[in-house]
Amino acid sequence: MLHEPAVELGADHASRRKTRLGLILFFVYAVIYAVFVLLGLFFTDTLGMIVFSGLNLAVVYGFGLILLAFLMGLIYSLVCTRMEDKMNGGVKI
Amino acid sequence: MTYDASIWAILIFLIFVALVIGLSFYFGSRTQSSASYYAAGGTIHWGVNGIAFAGDYLSAASFLGICGMIAYAGYDGFLYSIGYLAGWVVALFVVAEPLKRLGKYTFTDALDSKFNSKSIKLTASISTLIVSIFYLIPQMVGAGDLVVPLLGLPHWAGVVIVGAIVIYIVATAGMTSTTYVQFIKGGLLITFSIILTIYILRNGINLKPYEDYHEFKTVEALVVGDEILSITEDEYKLVSQTQYGGNTFAKLEKDGIHQWFKLEALPEGSFVLKEAPSITVTSDGQTLYNGAPRSENKFYQVGHMSKIVHKGVEVEQTGPVGPFEMLSTLEKSEVVLFQKTFFLDGDDRVTIFYQKPTAGSDILKPGLLFKLGKNAKLWDKINFISLMLALFFGTSALPHILIRYYTVPSQRAARKSTVVAIAAIGFFYILTMYMGLGAMINGVNDLESSNMSGPLLAKYFGVGIFSIISAIAFATVLGTVSGLIVASSGAIAHDFVDKYLKVEMTDKQKVKAGRIAAFGVGILAIILGILFKGMNVSFLVGLAFAIAASANLPSILAVIFWKKTTSKGIASSITVGIVSAVTIILLSPSMFERYGLPKENALIPFDNPGIISIPLSFIVLIVVSLLTQKKTLTVR
Repeated sequence: MLHEPAVELGADHASRRKTRLGLILFFVYAVIYAVFVLLGLFFTDTLGMIVFSGLNLAVVYGFGLILLAFLMGLIYSLVCTRMEDKMNGGVKI
Repeated sequence: MTYDASIWAILIFLIFVALVIGLSFYFGSRTQSSASYYAAGGTIHWGVNGIAFAGDYLSAASFLGICGMIAYAGYDGFLYSIGYLAGWVVALFVVAEPLKRLGKYTFTDALDSKFNSKSIKLTASISTLIVSIFYLIPQMVGAGDLVVPLLGLPHWAGVVIVGAIVIYIVATAGMTSTTYVQFIKGGLLITFSIILTIYILRNGINLKPYEDYHEFKTVEALVVGDEILSITEDEYKLVSQTQYGGNTFAKLEKDGIHQWFKLEALPEGSFVLKEAPSITVTSDGQTLYNGAPRSENKFYQVGHMSKIVHKGVEVEQTGPVGPFEMLSTLEKSEVVLFQKTFFLDGDDRVTIFYQKPTAGSDILKPGLLFKLGKNAKLWDKINFISLMLALFFGTSALPHILIRYYTVPSQRAARKSTVVAIAAIGFFYILTMYMGLGAMINGVNDLESSNMSGPLLAKYFGVGIFSIISAIAFATVLGTVSGLIVASSGAIAHDFVDKYLKVEMTDKQKVKAGRIAAFGVGILAIILGILFKGMNVSFLVGLAFAIAASANLPSILAVIFWKKTTSKGIASSITVGIVSAVTIILLSPSMFERYGLPKENALIPFDNPGIISIPLSFIVLIVVSLLTQKKTLTVR
């Protein structure tokens, strides 16, 4: 019994396209995250610059990274759901 | 600190714990099969699972650790929030769906799905166990810290209470119960963090946090060279002076009690001694708080503003502020932080916390905790990159997070629940900035532990919200520890005993084996929770992330994306990842401090191992896989 999956899933014909989209979004976010880390490492004073409504770049960038993760996740989920509906014809995946 | 227990806090706490146990009992009575015990039968709704993810993830490290770190070191604590959240991007875009397709019950199942290899089963189950234990330590430390002000009990009592309740919950219920406990707790934690943030903003920023906030004494001193010749206050007597780390500290006596002060030069050329809270461990083993035993209550909570500039004008208080207004006001103001240092005074070991007025602009950018910028040394930079790397790649390699992908019925549900988790967790992490800064400026910080800033801030606003927040924080620990113990017991009973040793067991016996394993891991967690008292829980979780990212992530990615991966490659990568990460941690400055040795003598000059152990694990996986490819016969 323990050698079986917890649930049985059908074939997912959208899997390749979803993986490709996921990897693209991952690399985009990774680059934006890496820029933030590099700014912290070498240009700490730049992160102290006031950029918006009395807030400095560190705060705006930090909050922005959190918000961006959610927005990209939402877009990814919506696009993937559409791909699955189109390519799998209602099979449970 | 010494705290008086509140009847309300105790009552609400007991009701919470009773609810959690009652819920576990209810779902436990429905847990008959191993599918239900380990993966909730794959039947959980994605929305519930998403908030349960948040419940699992927003552990003691997030609420207690990050809030505390921000309260003591400003933006550097918020870096943990950013890193922890960014890790979900890797989980959603790269790992969630393929893993859902590969997996069965545990992370080991997923890795081994293509190979059926004994070495993978063994190394992956050991890895799950080690990561879970490293993650358990901070949860237990946090639990111990929580009960001190909540119930007026010592630290070890909190660790034992959590351990006992969790062993009971896990041993009776399993994943279904854990999921619903996490769902309720995750939802409540976010709701009450919003309420606490509203309190902070309505309260605004004040020069004096509250009526009976401690007034720090300043004494004028006559100084020649580096030496204090005399002081002007008659009520104090100069006993001795010590130079340490470029600072001069003076021990003064008043009414037979010794207190420490730090010497400071004023711009006009004169000198003053500023009161600095201290903890002294005397040669005969006695611990004195500001020169007196703990029972005399001489140790006080700290954290206040020294200058408030609101809308371009210097003021004593701002009145209610908006979320952006609070940050922009702090940016232009000045906060008194407390810098910790140790030195020997004869045979006595003195820990001193001296006042350090710090510009708000420095608090709201990185650099107070991590040494960054032009003056940073190479090792400081490596430590910072290493931490951010581990936080980014650690989430998607945590076994207790990964098993949650098997509780939902489909890939689509796995994906949707991750998006819900990112929304809930991301929102909470933005609130940590306000809760941490709120604690920093409202005189609630307990200098003995940075983990209690969030709950003590709630206490500042009233015993009602304090007791609810503390109970939720306690339930947070209960829930996370439950999840970790389910993952650990799965690693021992399912991956090791059942799959690796191939012990013949009925389904009921398998569940029983899981429960026995849960008991063993729970006892170990209690012991470690007591031993690691006093360390920041977020720092400790950062280490668990580094081990997870080093040991598990290369293998997960290879199984999903690289066709040349071999079982030997995976087993070697996991082994090297664990050994290298754990070795670096054990030889790091923070661990040397824990051993009672000088940090400077540490054999490895940085704390976070990820920058070495993650690439090393990847390299080993690639090299060993290429060396162990099966030879194919070609027919002419």
